[in-house]
Amino acid sequence: MSAKRRKFLLLNMVTAVGRSVPRRDGAAKVTGEARYIDDLVVAGAWYGKTIRSTIPRGTIRSIVLDPAFDWGGSRVVLVTADDIPGENVVHLIRDDQPVLAPRGGEIRHKEEPILLLAAADRSTLEEAAGHIRIEYVAQEPVFDPAHASEVYTTIEIRKGEDVEGVKGVEVVVERSFTVGLQEQLYIEPQGAIASPNSDGGITVIGSLQCPYYVQRALKRALQLTDQQAVVIQAETGGGFGGKEEYPSIVAIHAALLARKAGRPIRLIYDRHEDLAATTKRHPGVITHRTGVKKDGTLLFQDIDILLDGGAYCTLTPVVLSRAAIHASGPYSCPNVRIRARAVATNTPPNGAFRGFGAPQSLFAAELMVEHVAERLGMATVDLRRKWMLRLGDTTATGQKLTESVGSELVLDAALKAVSPVSPVSPSRPSIRRGRGLSLVFHGSGFTGSGEKKLSGTVAMEALADGTFQILTASTEIGQGTKTIFCQLAADALGVTIDRVRVAPQDTSIVPDSGPTVASRTAMIVGRLVQEAALEIKARLQKEKASLPLRVEKSYIQPDSLQWDETTYRGDAYPVYAWACTIADVDIDMTTGAVRVTDLVTAVDCGKALHPVMAEGQIEGGCLQAVGWATIEEIKMKDGGYQNDRLATYLIPTALDAPHIRTILVEDPYSRGPFGAKGIGELPMDGPAPAIIAAIHDATGVWLDEVPATPEKVLAALSGKRS
Amino acid sequence: MTVRFTLNGRDVSFEGSGAQRLLDVIREDLRHTGTKEGCGEGECGACSVLIDGELVDSCLVAVGQVERCQVVTVEGLQSPLQQAFIEHGAAQCGICTPGMLLAAHVLLQHSERPSAADVREALAGNLCRCTGYTKIIEAVLSCAT
Amino acid sequence: MRDVTYLRPKDLTDAVQLYRTTPGCRPIAGGTDLMVMLHARTLRPAPRAVLDLWSLPELKGVRRVDGMVEIGAAEPYTGIMRSADAQRHLPALVAAARTIGAAQIQNRGTLGGNLANASPAGDTLPVLLACDAVVVTDRRSIAIDRFFTGYRQTALQPDELITAVRFPLDRQVLFRKVGTRAAQAISKVVIAVCRQPARVAIGSVAEIPLRASRAEAALAGGDLAGAVTAVAADIRPIDDVRSTAAYRLAVTQNVLAELLHA
Repeated sequence: MSAKRRKFLLLNMVTAVGRSVPRRDGAAKVTGEARYIDDLVVAGAWYGKTIRSTIPRGTIRSIVLDPAFDWGGSRVVLVTADDIPGENVVHLIRDDQPVLAPRGGEIRHKEEPILLLAAADRSTLEEAAGHIRIEYVAQEPVFDPAHASEVYTTIEIRKGEDVEGVKGVEVVVERSFTVGLQEQLYIEPQGAIASPNSDGGITVIGSLQCPYYVQRALKRALQLTDQQAVVIQAETGGGFGGKEEYPSIVAIHAALLARKAGRPIRLIYDRHEDLAATTKRHPGVITHRTGVKKDGTLLFQDIDILLDGGAYCTLTPVVLSRAAIHASGPYSCPNVRIRARAVATNTPPNGAFRGFGAPQSLFAAELMVEHVAERLGMATVDLRRKWMLRLGDTTATGQKLTESVGSELVLDAALKAVSPVSPVSPSRPSIRRGRGLSLVFHGSGFTGSGEKKLSGTVAMEALADGTFQILTASTEIGQGTKTIFCQLAADALGVTIDRVRVAPQDTSIVPDSGPTVASRTAMIVGRLVQEAALEIKARLQKEKASLPLRVEKSYIQPDSLQWDETTYRGDAYPVYAWACTIADVDIDMTTGAVRVTDLVTAVDCGKALHPVMAEGQIEGGCLQAVGWATIEEIKMKDGGYQNDRLATYLIPTALDAPHIRTILVEDPYSRGPFGAKGIGELPMDGPAPAIIAAIHDATGVWLDEVPATPEKVLAALSGKRS
Repeated sequence: MTVRFTLNGRDVSFEGSGAQRLLDVIREDLRHTGTKEGCGEGECGACSVLIDGELVDSCLVAVGQVERCQVVTVEGLQSPLQQAFIEHGAAQCGICTPGMLLAAHVLLQHSERPSAADVREALAGNLCRCTGYTKIIEAVLSCAT
Repeated sequence: MRDVTYLRPKDLTDAVQLYRTTPGCRPIAGGTDLMVMLHARTLRPAPRAVLDLWSLPELKGVRRVDGMVEIGAAEPYTGIMRSADAQRHLPALVAAARTIGAAQIQNRGTLGGNLANASPAGDTLPVLLACDAVVVTDRRSIAIDRFFTGYRQTALQPDELITAVRFPLDRQVLFRKVGTRAAQAISKVVIAVCRQPARVAIGSVAEIPLRASRAEAALAGGDLAGAVTAVAADIRPIDDVRSTAAYRLAVTQNVLAELLHA
């Protein structure tokens, strides 16, 4: 190779992808310059407030406005369901959730929005709220999903023979597992600012993940056109799914007030309202019956899933779908039956939360491996090796895995990374120490035909000044979208990263790239960014294209991916990411407290586009899972959450967090950008079962339940003693 | 009443009830929005500021209590920690970052060679939901002399 | 909060005078409890004024007085943790202070506030009970075991200000707090124990922080196991958002056994 050619190659190898370049939004975030929704100053804006139901079920008999209070429009603005110009529906999957409960209408949960108020200042707003009385006719609420009469959706997945008739079964193990509610707990509460436009439309700026979800919801409830409903994302202080569908409600409410008041409205929740009213992770009960031979050969899995959707459907059918598809765990089983259902109760609606049903069903699947291994007297790692999905195996939906199957890679990497559990210091006699392991997989991108139907689009522009602009609705919520897209584009264009930027997430500017959910942004939308950049580069080289030059790329489903929505057979996801997690715990036998001391997780992400951000995503997801598994408990009272303040809903602090070590394993995926697979949700799946297994290792008791609060641990320990 | 104090080294004054939250005065009256409100009850630390060099939750301080005090917010911080937070991936969504930086800054003022355990203790009043704290701890340790 | 008047007294005498003459007035020190309640408007009756005790020099400091350690009512926990006198003579109080909130709360929270707020979960209060601390006010001294009179009720008169807390020297007290997490947690059970004289003081297990008299009687008689059994009859734990009565009972006994090596 000539020296000149070698130099050329070297130059081309100075790439952005795979390097941890400084994040695009970093400087603004460390100086306080980044503007989140509550930081925005909008001239003339009034403050908005939502008046909510205080009962879980019933009808509204009357809304009484105290005549002693001045309700004149110069002082306060009041919006009822009668003020909704379009349909009284929060547009999502079903049309069951009203924007505001109508007079005489049904109340299905506590904290259900009934009225909206706005005033120039907060004290007038509070005073006005104190002069409203809502009278109800109460009805008997349903809180227990096992006794719910309304079923949102059912799913059945079958593979192989009927599980009742499988021959050669020598041992059958049956267990039930319970998973609790969890709050996303983004540190920035929900909020939106709506302003009326001169064309009769509304502009909403908000803390949100999915600008086009909000736009569709606004259009429907306020009867607006695409041009009239403009949605812009403010800097967003975390989402985790909590800002997937809920911001549509905040935005519609703010918009209704703005329309009636004829002025901008700030509708920004405080933490109490956010905790009390917004969606949570679906709680549920998952029951497994597993048939094996004495040598561990897996013969059948019979799985029943029940999720509590709460009072309205929200995204429940899709959550249930992901739960069902992941329910068999990352294992190859010839005969599978998965029956899943999600039901309605009179509790606030549950919704999107990182993992989206998979953490629930994988928790059960992973502990089931432990129980079967215990029954057979086998090491759990050996049983996992025997069962695990490998290249060429088929999943429960009959999907043949043809590439990027990192199951064994992550298992080996995690095992190699840990040293034997160290003994407890004699000075701490009440401590028992244990270790647990889990192996999980998580489908990247939308389920089944989701991406095909959605056909997400990105655009790219080459500008006259030699810079490039990426136009996408994919949002930055901390996970690094803006940086990763610039890395992908820069490398595809063959330019330095400083020449690429991302346009604002504003529906009047950017095309619909689909929502920022489902571990799809880097892999699906990132690939479109890469394709758009390659086409720009090719056209700039080929023709003397006049600038600005714009290209658009939309997702095209490869013919090789086949999915049947009715039978749940086929390629459920384009590819899966894999993780093996090893958790070390200290159990205080005096208090039952579980402290996760160390956590090692090996993740097959295909390709780490930005290693530091990939690790950061994984570590944050792991700690969120540690919280779910240990201390994040929600207690219900009369259909409401008792843990409705940050003093009562506790997440791990830096002192509680384990030392987390991430090992990135790269088994590339041919259709991902540079081989990358989505990993946003995967880290939520593994820690909980590993922690429960570690508690068992330390104490000999099985909890089969999260969160494993000290109350439950101590009760289990005393049950074992007696 | 009039309350006079310095904000990031500049003399400022506030007219109103001294019972109002320092947080609201900083954000709404003085338009320094780098300080965030995450809970309003001293649990999350997003509203952390320094009063005469001590870390406090500004949602728990009545503005009358900072008469003649030196108040520092993230806008007044100039520290190698900021660059370290970017390089180590310690800021993700960024909403906890201002408070986290100030907590880390106080630690480094008082302790030249903090251990990872010291860092965890110093940051225990600042909740982060994105990072799992690992990258934040690494960033702080990288700035210890 | 805009409608609440803020009062800044010149000195303690002025503070006493203002407190006596201002209707609807609530003292404020570090504000870690009061500011939350003011903002959420949960105080009944709603206060019309707050009296700022935070910067009064008379209420600051940790010092030796008359063979006791005296801590100013408005001295923050951080000051207690840093005080050589507190570290030497009141290690259990320092340990309790260290468990309160995190740095931000320790920099503002005070003993005066913990006492006046009189939460059954107040983390320092069992230590005060185990030490036979004396609450000093603008007009008298109150023995700590007579201070708590009911749920969030104290022996303070409506216009009485706490100025300091006095502790006897060299009392050997052991402290343990059980909360949901390692920092920023309100206790589920909080215990301070002294062998000689026999003191078993517990928080979060009744409407007030209490002395466990039956357990103390057993302990005084040298019956350690008996103390652990007897404590069950001393406490009145409940189910609430933070824990359960059953857990509080079990953990009270477990922790007491651990502290006593029973």
